[in-house]
Amino acid sequence: MELTILWYLIPSLLMFCCGVYGFITRKNMIAMLISLELMLNAVDINFVVFNRFLFPGELEGMFFTLFAIALAAAETALAIAIIINVFRISEKIDVDDVTKMKY
Amino acid sequence: MEPVIPIIILALPLAMFLVLGLCGHKMAHRTAGILGTLGMGVTMVLAYITAFTYFFSGAPEFINAEGVRLQYVVFNPEWLSFYKDLAIKIGFLLDPISALLLVVITTISFMVHLYSNGYMRDHHGVWETGFQRFYAFLSLFSFSMLGLVVATNIFQMYIFWELVGASSYLLIGFYYTKPSAVSASKKAFIVTRFADLGFLIGILILSFYTGTFEFTDFTSVNVGKDTFAIDMSAPTAILAKFTSSPAPMFLGGSVLTWALVLIFMGGMGKSAMMPLHIWLPDAMEGPTPVSALIHAATMVVAGVYLVARLFPLYLMEETALNIITVVGALTAFYAAMVACTQVDIKRVLAFSTISQIAFMMVSLGVARPEFHHGLGYMAGMFHLFTHAMFKALLFLCAGALIHAIGSNDYTAMHGLRKYMPITHISFLIGCLAIAGIIPFAGFFSKDEILTAVFGHSIFWYIWMSAVAGLTAFYMFRLYYLIFWWKEHKIPEGHHAPHDQPWTMTLPLVILAIVSCVAGFVPFGNLVTWNGHPMFESVNFFTNLTALDWSVAAISLSVAVIAILIATVMYKKENPLPDKMKNALPRLWDWCYHRFYWDELYMFITHKIIFGCICKPIAWFDRHIIDGTMDGFAWVTQRLSFAIRGLQSGNIQFYVWVYLFGVVLLGAITAICLL
Amino acid sequence: MFSNLLIYFVVIPLLMLAGFAICKNVRQVRAVAVVGSILLMGLSAWVLCDYLTERAAGATAEMLMRADYTWFAPLNIKLSVGVDGISIAMLILSSIIVFAGSFASWKIDDARHFFMWLILLSTGVYGFFISIDLFTMFMFYEVALIPMYLLIGVWGTGRKEYSAMKLTLMLMGGSAFLMLSLIGIYFHSAPEGQPLTWNILEIARNVEETQCISKGWQYFLFPMCFVGFGVLGAMFPFHTWSPDGHACAPTAVSMLHAGVLMKLGGYGCFRVAMYLMPQAANDLAWIFLILTGISVVYGAFSACVQTDLKYINAYSSVSHCGMVLFAILMINTTALTGAIMQMLSHGLMTALFFALIGMIYGRTHTRDIRLMGGLMKILPFLGVGYVIAGMASLGLPGLSGFVAEMTIFVGSFEHTDMFHRVFTIVACCSIVITAVYILRTVGKLLFGPVFDPHHAELTDASWWERLSTITLIVSVAAIGCFPNFFESLIRFTFSPEIFRAIGLN
Repeated sequence: MELTILWYLIPSLLMFCCGVYGFITRKNMIAMLISLELMLNAVDINFVVFNRFLFPGELEGMFFTLFAIALAAAETALAIAIIINVFRISEKIDVDDVTKMKY
Repeated sequence: MEPVIPIIILALPLAMFLVLGLCGHKMAHRTAGILGTLGMGVTMVLAYITAFTYFFSGAPEFINAEGVRLQYVVFNPEWLSFYKDLAIKIGFLLDPISALLLVVITTISFMVHLYSNGYMRDHHGVWETGFQRFYAFLSLFSFSMLGLVVATNIFQMYIFWELVGASSYLLIGFYYTKPSAVSASKKAFIVTRFADLGFLIGILILSFYTGTFEFTDFTSVNVGKDTFAIDMSAPTAILAKFTSSPAPMFLGGSVLTWALVLIFMGGMGKSAMMPLHIWLPDAMEGPTPVSALIHAATMVVAGVYLVARLFPLYLMEETALNIITVVGALTAFYAAMVACTQVDIKRVLAFSTISQIAFMMVSLGVARPEFHHGLGYMAGMFHLFTHAMFKALLFLCAGALIHAIGSNDYTAMHGLRKYMPITHISFLIGCLAIAGIIPFAGFFSKDEILTAVFGHSIFWYIWMSAVAGLTAFYMFRLYYLIFWWKEHKIPEGHHAPHDQPWTMTLPLVILAIVSCVAGFVPFGNLVTWNGHPMFESVNFFTNLTALDWSVAAISLSVAVIAILIATVMYKKENPLPDKMKNALPRLWDWCYHRFYWDELYMFITHKIIFGCICKPIAWFDRHIIDGTMDGFAWVTQRLSFAIRGLQSGNIQFYVWVYLFGVVLLGAITAICLL
Repeated sequence: MFSNLLIYFVVIPLLMLAGFAICKNVRQVRAVAVVGSILLMGLSAWVLCDYLTERAAGATAEMLMRADYTWFAPLNIKLSVGVDGISIAMLILSSIIVFAGSFASWKIDDARHFFMWLILLSTGVYGFFISIDLFTMFMFYEVALIPMYLLIGVWGTGRKEYSAMKLTLMLMGGSAFLMLSLIGIYFHSAPEGQPLTWNILEIARNVEETQCISKGWQYFLFPMCFVGFGVLGAMFPFHTWSPDGHACAPTAVSMLHAGVLMKLGGYGCFRVAMYLMPQAANDLAWIFLILTGISVVYGAFSACVQTDLKYINAYSSVSHCGMVLFAILMINTTALTGAIMQMLSHGLMTALFFALIGMIYGRTHTRDIRLMGGLMKILPFLGVGYVIAGMASLGLPGLSGFVAEMTIFVGSFEHTDMFHRVFTIVACCSIVITAVYILRTVGKLLFGPVFDPHHAELTDASWWERLSTITLIVSVAAIGCFPNFFESLIRFTFSPEIFRAIGLN
């Protein structure tokens, strides 16, 4: 049995859908962040896979993935920092409860 | 004639105003008084020189070979140009009436300046506060009034017309801490302003159709460099311009009539004709010298002067002249009735002034060239002259009395003839003059007016004779109540009232002398409507020989009878006046309350204009107009509140919307592709 | 670039702004403000002399001292400057009021920032009057509007935030219309196939020669343009920013706003709306004539029952500025001359009014005339100044109001049809109503017994207040006594083109 591109894309799609599902159903900010990571990683997989199958001799997709991973790390750090700060102020990390800065 | 003297005549009072107004408060009171008086004295002398030159030099620009007096434009530079050749000029027109008025104004003004040196300080010699300001305003008034009478065009007249109004406002409100003075000054200004609106519209109509403001274009033809002679061809041409215009009629009258009546409305305001007379009695709140100068002798005759100035034009429209006659006659009678009941001596004099000015108006209204060369015109001007003298005299006497007693009310006076002999004699002369007793000034002028009225209509003749009788009655009522009747006891420790210092008595004496002899001036040869002399030969008794003795005898006897009635009723304390009052209580009430004109005006201004126009408009502005604008803001705000829920900031909601969008878009694409 | 004299009207204020930035204390700020405003006055006098000399030497161009500096070539936006008699009159007016305003705000809090915004505002004003390029004109117009928000919002009194917001929003609303119409004009500024232009003179010539703005477009653009400027000219019913705005503004801002900024409206109505779209102006004038005619009497009647000094004056401004627009709409030389005279006159006397009101308010801490009385005795200088301002406002000969109003009335009366006649007479009626509210105010405020015993200890004007007041009084009297000079300065500029285009005169 040959490993076609679908073998990679289907898990990635599943991962992405899990991420979306988690993102829109969970109210906990940490959980939302985790869901976000899932989506990001799903996209990363896609990048690598498409690079590998469509343009075998080139490395752009790989680099892009590395770049996205680095960005995701930075973004997660930032998000966690904000969440911790929000938690310190309001003792809550539910998105629905953080409305202080809204209109 | 060189323009130097005329320029100084105008410039000197203006300079005095500026000097006293700007630096007055740094000057000593006495200096300011002397400076002001001197300035006016010089102006008076120069005005005399000018008038004398005009009447008697015989120079070709003043009188032509046939002895017709001409109008001479001394200078006339442009001040403000509008279009084509329509421009306001500020100039100096010398003709019989302006020369006459120059004399009248400067004489009275000088007397008042002199008199005020005494009047504007109390018995201990302490000066009134604002003494310098008073002199500054007097100078401003003199300047404006002189500018008014020498106006070469109707717009210059309007300009100075407004300026005299403003100086009158300032002088009536001289005691500005007194609320009654403030409201009187306000009333005077607004009522005359309302009249001036008519004047302005009249000017606009007249100037639009004729394309000029110049009096000389309205009434005269050019007969030499800057020299004009009154000629009926000029007004006829003006009339033709109006009748040939596309719409010569408006609301049942010709446009020219409308223009002339509107211009007369301005005159009604200044000359206190009914129904715009209400400001003049209140204007007595000003210092008495001011009343003498402005509200008796000079400013209030501006309306008469205006009509006289445009007289040839008025001749073109019989209707306008008839309106003038009727307004004048009604006012004369009304004011005389009211004067019989007032207790404030200045008010009596004020109503008497209204009545006498109305006499002049009637005189102009009935004047026709066909009758004795326009006798009414000459008589009106003559009365203007004599009235200025004796009414100023009466007012200055009243001032002396008020100064001595400290009250305007005759009930506080009584029996003063022993204490103030000079004032007494002067006042008596004034009364005789106004009553029209031979040989005092009023006799001649009033009888000429009555002759002119007689020549026009018997009805108005009888009417005006009755007014003349009333005049004699109320003046002698006043005279007896002040100088006779029983004396008041002088309280312990008070000085008896006495004659005032020379600065105040000298003007009285001078004016009294003038009032005695002014009637003999052969006016018919000096001032006529078209400059033609009325008499063949002239001597001191010309006026006596030229009188219509049948009219004179009747009016003289009416006056004597009226004086006798006054003597019976008021010389000693007796019950007759009260009996009269009780016999006609309603009439007395109406007269005493001046026929409730003031109440009517109060109702119109406060209830209707303020209550029904201004307040609703202000409310409308705040609640409807502003409310609409605020309403826009409110609606915008509500709308944004209404849709702000969409911008919840809830990212999960956004994702739902996004997903929904993606699905929708996908579905649409799929449908389109399939 | 700097060889043209006019450009200094923008350069000097910008230098002043820089000067304020480096000032260390209030004294230096004042020094910069005074020196700058004197320089500007001198500059406008210089420009006036230059202009008169050039005219005397026979220059017949519509605008003199022309210069163009390209800004953005693709859209043909230039900084084009040039002046005629009207702009010079406006420049003189502005410089006098800026001068007087600087002295009137001698003791303002946080003087440095206040003056910075004030001078920025005046930059806009000067720029507006010197430029003849629609785009730069509009830009300067906006520059003049925005600082108003901060000046009122920060240094104002009373409901200042509300008023500042209202004023700014309404004027911005007006400028939205204005911008639309300016862009519309731009796209029709030249006949097919020729490069488009923002330059007023070129557009006017094109309109006259080739009718490049078709009648339909004129009907569409003219009302927008007129309303856009009319909002700033306090035209009924878009005037309500004026009472609230003036009431809350600090003294110098009221002076500048009523004195100069409202004139931008009238000037714009004439220079852009009437000048570039003469046919629409002629055909649609009646609509605006009704509105402005209402403004004139409406403002006057409203002023009669107000109790706040600034409200009285604001409504009086509505009435007087209504007269300006009214006269502009009469479209004949005399009335237009009168309109410009009225702008000058109203600018000066209303600035005088606001200066005096500010000074009185600074002492009594109230502007309610029911709580004051007899101030003439206590504050004679301010009292006399107020009476003079009042007299100018009600049109006393010898002061500026009279000549302006009379010119307008005589000009308006040239129209013979019933409609114009009736409205002229209605406008004439305002002179009586004006007398009523002015004398009512003067009587209550200055005359009569002293109302509040606390006021008895107030001190009269200080030297800077005197200087500010006297400058304005002298200017008012100068126009009133020698009107022919200004009249001829303004009149000469009325090129016959505008009238030829609409077949009048």
